[in-house]
Amino acid sequence: MLAYIGRRMVFALATILVVSAVVFMIFAILPFDPAALTCGQRCNEQIIEANRIRLGLDKPLYEQYFLFISGIFLGRTYGSGSAAFSCPAPSFGYSFNENACVTDMITEALPITINLAVGALILWLTVGIGLGIVAAKFKNRWPDTGSSVFVLLGTSLPTFVTGLALLIWVTIKWKIIPLSLTGYTSLIDNPYKYFQYFILPWITLAIAYAALYTRFTRAALLETLGEDYIRTARAKGVGEQKVFFKHTLRAVLAPLITMASLDFAGLIGGAIITETIFNLPGLGRLTLRSVYEFDLSVVLATTILAATVVIVMNLIVDMLYAVLDPRVRLK
Amino acid sequence: MTQLLSIEDLHVSFPTEDGIVKAVDGVSLTVNSGETVAIVGESGSGKTVTSLSVMGLHKKGSVIIDGSIKINDGGTIKDVVSLNPSEVRDIRGRAVAMIFQDPMSSLHPYYKIGNQLAEAFEVHNPGNKKAAKARAIEMLDLVGISEPAQRAEEFPHQFSGGMRQRVMIAMALMNSPRLLIADEPTTALDVTVQAQILSLLDKLKKEFDMGVLLITHDLGVVAQVADRVSVMYAGQLVEEAPVDDLFYTPKAPYTLGLLKSVPRISANNERLKAIPGQPPSLIHLPQGCAFSARCEYRNLSPVDCAVTPVSLHTDSAGHSSRCHIPIEVRNPVFAKDLQELKS
Repeated sequence: MLAYIGRRMVFALATILVVSAVVFMIFAILPFDPAALTCGQRCNEQIIEANRIRLGLDKPLYEQYFLFISGIFLGRTYGSGSAAFSCPAPSFGYSFNENACVTDMITEALPITINLAVGALILWLTVGIGLGIVAAKFKNRWPDTGSSVFVLLGTSLPTFVTGLALLIWVTIKWKIIPLSLTGYTSLIDNPYKYFQYFILPWITLAIAYAALYTRFTRAALLETLGEDYIRTARAKGVGEQKVFFKHTLRAVLAPLITMASLDFAGLIGGAIITETIFNLPGLGRLTLRSVYEFDLSVVLATTILAATVVIVMNLIVDMLYAVLDPRVRLK
Repeated sequence: MTQLLSIEDLHVSFPTEDGIVKAVDGVSLTVNSGETVAIVGESGSGKTVTSLSVMGLHKKGSVIIDGSIKINDGGTIKDVVSLNPSEVRDIRGRAVAMIFQDPMSSLHPYYKIGNQLAEAFEVHNPGNKKAAKARAIEMLDLVGISEPAQRAEEFPHQFSGGMRQRVMIAMALMNSPRLLIADEPTTALDVTVQAQILSLLDKLKKEFDMGVLLITHDLGVVAQVADRVSVMYAGQLVEEAPVDDLFYTPKAPYTLGLLKSVPRISANNERLKAIPGQPPSLIHLPQGCAFSARCEYRNLSPVDCAVTPVSLHTDSAGHSSRCHIPIEVRNPVFAKDLQELKS
């Protein structure tokens, strides 16, 4: 088991390294001159050249990549003499557009995205699995029909429709939840404000995912209910409730957890649409803005971060699966 | 010898969009302690539906059951058909237990063997975890699993097919039921393991003084372990007899067809004598004998078999058969055909 985890960790690190190299390369061959992008309206060749040297863009590509990687571990100083500025480790580069270390920008945006993703995850798991259970238990009766209406709406309505609709009706027309003007407050500082800030984005994201989870849970439960080992449980004299909530639900748990972990990993990369609609300064919006402004060092960093989260989540899922399904042995 | 199971005039049908499927049509049979009664028939003849009815394992709402299934629950006779669900559940696994066809898929893949066995005990003896665990290990030992205490901690995928069927048998015996239903217990196993499982069942039957209702399509298995045999065709009993009578003097054309279609090692280069045609649709059963369309003897009958209903007739020796052909006509013809088969 430990050897397996160790091997997977090494493999994960290698993957992240390759991903970062590929992303780095893509940005290097793009027809943009990052140095030219760094200077503002009053620009001339000297400033561009000076910036090029300060950012290390005059060096060959492999050296640039090495500097980037070493910056992650050792921090990085740009320029020299009195004009020098440094980003402490882990440094993912420097954004001239924002005049800030990329790492600082990410550490500011990340908590918002994590809070958004965790809250939405809890909400959609509760609603999705709950409705899936209800639908399976009352198959072909009205709770099942009702849940399939929800599934249909949830899967067909895009987040920019549900998000905007929530914003227009709940906040602007009905004024149930006021528009948050104070920005992000942590759960500990002010739980009331925290929920006010996040509840609509959570619902927006959760509706889309919950619909998928309802459908999946219902289908998986009904399929499992037809398994031979469920008949065995009934033949032992086990009651229907226990057959359903112990024997059947247990078998559905492993694939559900896999699905949830991977969806969660995807969200950490940034829920671009939801963050944009609700004006949440999370990773998704940071990435979007950086793409618009050709702020390549930020795009590079967020891409690598998203890839890392997916890879690490995959590792966690594989280990969780071994715990949940005794047939899976990690070798 | 006590009567453990008595099925009387059982009708089971499933309403479907195409019509009502009559899966079981007027079946009666009994099982006494110490004997093995086999139900033989091809796929779709209603043998498994009959056994699931005894366990009350049909999905509620999807099935119409008529007739009676009386089970002897420690001296009290209970009719499964008229009991409510919780009363049926109380009988299940305690008075009557069942083992299934495919041991590979009949055990829950996520729970330890010992816990799955213990659950069978705990359901009927709540709150006695320790006794349940001890009983599980005792039963595993009884069905011939070595190092039962260790193996109880293992998961189903760590067991071979034959071992899993032993586990299923151990599970069925957790509450020492008097009646055991074995639904094709050896079909999924290879032949050497099959023999072991059959002799284990036979040994345990004596040890627990059980009655066994064996569902099978394998005449070899029937010959090996059954005391009495009921042959089913299209949801009806077509013949019922002690095992030797059935094999030596079959009285229903369908049974004879089955015997003829058994492959023989002595028959060199001969084609298998299959019964021609297909079983009838259970939705549109013929008015008369269900087997008439495939019966090679039907021109011996004085009546039109396809339209004249035929009932089960029992002779003085307790040998029942369902056929229009007069017994004195049938006997010599069948005997001759059987003789040909042996030569």
